[in-house]
Amino acid sequence: MVVTVLYYLLTAYVAGMLIWNFLKRKKWQEEALYIIILIPFLLRLLRLK
Amino acid sequence: MKPVSLRKISIAALGAVLAVFAGLSFYRSRHLGEPVVAGPGVARVARLREYFPAIRGTVNDLNVYVLEGKEPGGSVLVLGGTHPEEPAGRLAAWILVENAVLEKGRLFIILSANRSATTVTRLGGAYPPDFTIPTAWGGQKFRMGDRWSNPLDQWPDPEVYIHYPTRQQLAYMDIRNLNRAFPGRPNGTLTEKTCFAICELIRREKVDLEIDLHEAELQYPVISTIVAHQKGADLAAMVSMMLSSNEGFAIGVESSPPALRGLSHREVGDHTDAISLLLEAPEPFLDATRGRTNRELLLTGKDEFIVRAGRRGLLFEKIDDKGWPIDVRVGRHSSAILQILETWSEDQPAKAIVARGIPKYAEVIKNGIGAYLKDPKATDPAKVVIE
Repeated sequence: MVVTVLYYLLTAYVAGMLIWNFLKRKKWQEEALYIIILIPFLLRLLRLK
Repeated sequence: MKPVSLRKISIAALGAVLAVFAGLSFYRSRHLGEPVVAGPGVARVARLREYFPAIRGTVNDLNVYVLEGKEPGGSVLVLGGTHPEEPAGRLAAWILVENAVLEKGRLFIILSANRSATTVTRLGGAYPPDFTIPTAWGGQKFRMGDRWSNPLDQWPDPEVYIHYPTRQQLAYMDIRNLNRAFPGRPNGTLTEKTCFAICELIRREKVDLEIDLHEAELQYPVISTIVAHQKGADLAAMVSMMLSSNEGFAIGVESSPPALRGLSHREVGDHTDAISLLLEAPEPFLDATRGRTNRELLLTGKDEFIVRAGRRGLLFEKIDDKGWPIDVRVGRHSSAILQILETWSEDQPAKAIVARGIPKYAEVIKNGIGAYLKDPKATDPAKVVIE
């Protein structure tokens, strides 16, 4: 259970970093890339997939 | 507002739309209710927590359908859904629950042995989330499922899965594979607890026979066969001979390898008094060289690429343009179960298990599985159970 919680915290951290990078990008292609990568992390945090 | 901000908002909104659609699809798949009509033979529907209280409140607090004969006899447990991506196993067990009537002995049936695995499909596999069996009353939809427990219920996986109690090293993802986690342990993962609970059921109910229903890809050598623990070698050999000579399909026998741990045919036989058997039917949907992974392939078992692989001698089971329809695969399991019970009862008259109402191979093919599925809307709601 402790390991599972840590993994959810890690997932949230990575999701936060992806959002941060999305905000810092200048090219729309890179912004779209970060958003697409972010989706599975959000779905896991929301316990949908 | 700067144009660049508008662009970011637009891209984020597009991502949100994608996430919502994907999330809805996954949510609906995970929560699709499957109605089961408890047939005339079902005496009660127990829960797995009755045998192992720690499983209460988890997704794997399974329904256990108990069919009891008027006369005493032996007891058999049938497991469907150990690997839910092998749907003929679940469907054959479903037909038992909705149609079988016991004359002697007791029949325990679990339709979703790893219910968690029925709520997810293979990651990256592009599996359909569900499939529908046509019936005279419209059709019944089933969850597709996966080989492994849902990572939402058991996560993360280790680098290497060390099987309990043998400490054999297995592939990391098989820590979520019900058929690599037997005999289970009471303080283990969800998958291990489920296996322990099933073994507790077998021990407490003094089950004589355990039959685990599976399907296999045609490129896998263990196919169209009965895998038997050494305690059940004679029984399996006789069943194989009877089926191959009387039913119109060939089925072999394999010995459960003592060196490969965690499988039901090995561990249930070793850790309980029951004879453990595992049945394999052919499922082209699982083959690596398949074409489109869709509902049609799942139900018809037709695939031109697997046929080509067969022509090149790469398969362990034959296939032609007729494929391996789901009715054929379910019919094989149905007749095999009937033959196991008949052979067992002849050998052990004091522990006979006599059932009626179970269709044979030829009947399932002639009438289709749908003919044996009951309409939950036309049934007393008290007899409808949601899987």
